[in-house]
Amino acid sequence: MNAPVTVSIVGASGYAGGELLRLLLAHPHATIAQATSERLFGRSVTKAHPNLRKKTTLAFTRLGDLEPCDLLFTCLPHGDTMEHMPRFRDLAPRVIDLSADFRLNDPAAYERWYGRPHTHPEWLGEFVYGIPELHRTEMKDARYVSSAGCNATATILGLYPLFRAGVARPDATVVEVKVGSSEGGNRSTDASHHPERAGCVRSFMPVRHRHAAEMIQELGFGREIEIHFSATSIEMVRGVLATAHVFLEKPLAEKDIWKIYRGAYGTEPFVRIVKERDSLYRYPEPKLVAGTNHCDVGFELDADSGRLVVMSAIDNLMKGAAGQALQAFNLMHGFDETTGLEFAGLHP
Amino acid sequence: MSAAECPICGAELTLGDDLVAGELLECADCGTELEVESTEPVVVSEAPTEQEDWGE
Repeated sequence: MNAPVTVSIVGASGYAGGELLRLLLAHPHATIAQATSERLFGRSVTKAHPNLRKKTTLAFTRLGDLEPCDLLFTCLPHGDTMEHMPRFRDLAPRVIDLSADFRLNDPAAYERWYGRPHTHPEWLGEFVYGIPELHRTEMKDARYVSSAGCNATATILGLYPLFRAGVARPDATVVEVKVGSSEGGNRSTDASHHPERAGCVRSFMPVRHRHAAEMIQELGFGREIEIHFSATSIEMVRGVLATAHVFLEKPLAEKDIWKIYRGAYGTEPFVRIVKERDSLYRYPEPKLVAGTNHCDVGFELDADSGRLVVMSAIDNLMKGAAGQALQAFNLMHGFDETTGLEFAGLHP
Repeated sequence: MSAAECPICGAELTLGDDLVAGELLECADCGTELEVESTEPVVVSEAPTEQEDWGE
């Protein structure tokens, strides 16, 4: 029996950090050494994550008190991780970063989408983009993984089989995501104040959402592509539903689409093709994947127009953040990919 | 053991030897309820269902 992998979580008071704590406390091959929060330093982690009462006695430590460990999960705000990365690399031989700092391979793309130059562009190439279904082989030998964005994960997993097969027109894909409030993090703003937020269907990023950069990077397959992406927040706490409108290069039958998706995801443990004619839930539904690491993908073809509508649903804090990061952790250490991620969700 | 293809999604259906005409099956991939029309040769088709309007 190998010794457990000792991990620490940087920026553990946020929602993604809380989910990592929940998952890692139950993981049979991991031990949590430290969880940092500058705001809640010295307080029990259950102050931020009350669902973990009686599951742990861990208290938050300061970033400056971090000690060496086997792997660091970093959940700092975008832009902070890259500043601390020199020290993180000294503290741990492996890092899984949940921020956006190392998701893009190209420094020019980073500057274009994030509006400032990357401070450590030389390290971008060292990070494996964190969707295991696309980069499983690289992850097994990786020291650094950059966990993918939640909206990007839902969209990429929905579209990946079509772009890989080269059946989608490269310039004509339109994606709209409906997202829950937890995507905004655990710090309140005037806009998240309950009387302002409740009941809203809020178009918060109709164009120029940064996650589009990840979609273009991962779906290009050597071609110049465009993904026209918009995001709307709705009355939901957890979850992403991505609806993509894809225009096909040539006419395909529904069975052809099935074959493409079955070829990509038939053996994937966390991606399910959901398209039923007479089910209570005929297409992917965020409610059914809440708390799980699943991504449900479905589609419907309008043969007359050649428009293929692809729906994909995830829990933004799980497959879109902590769950996917743990999936990468498992791959990096040779554990079964599903370890600690077996929860099947709730119904109803 | 005989095989057939789901007429809706193209999934391979593995069928038992005791298949009888009129039997109802469910495709494991797309969940469609299928009816065995004949056994020699094996022919399956989508079973008739009462459609819901789903508010449309």
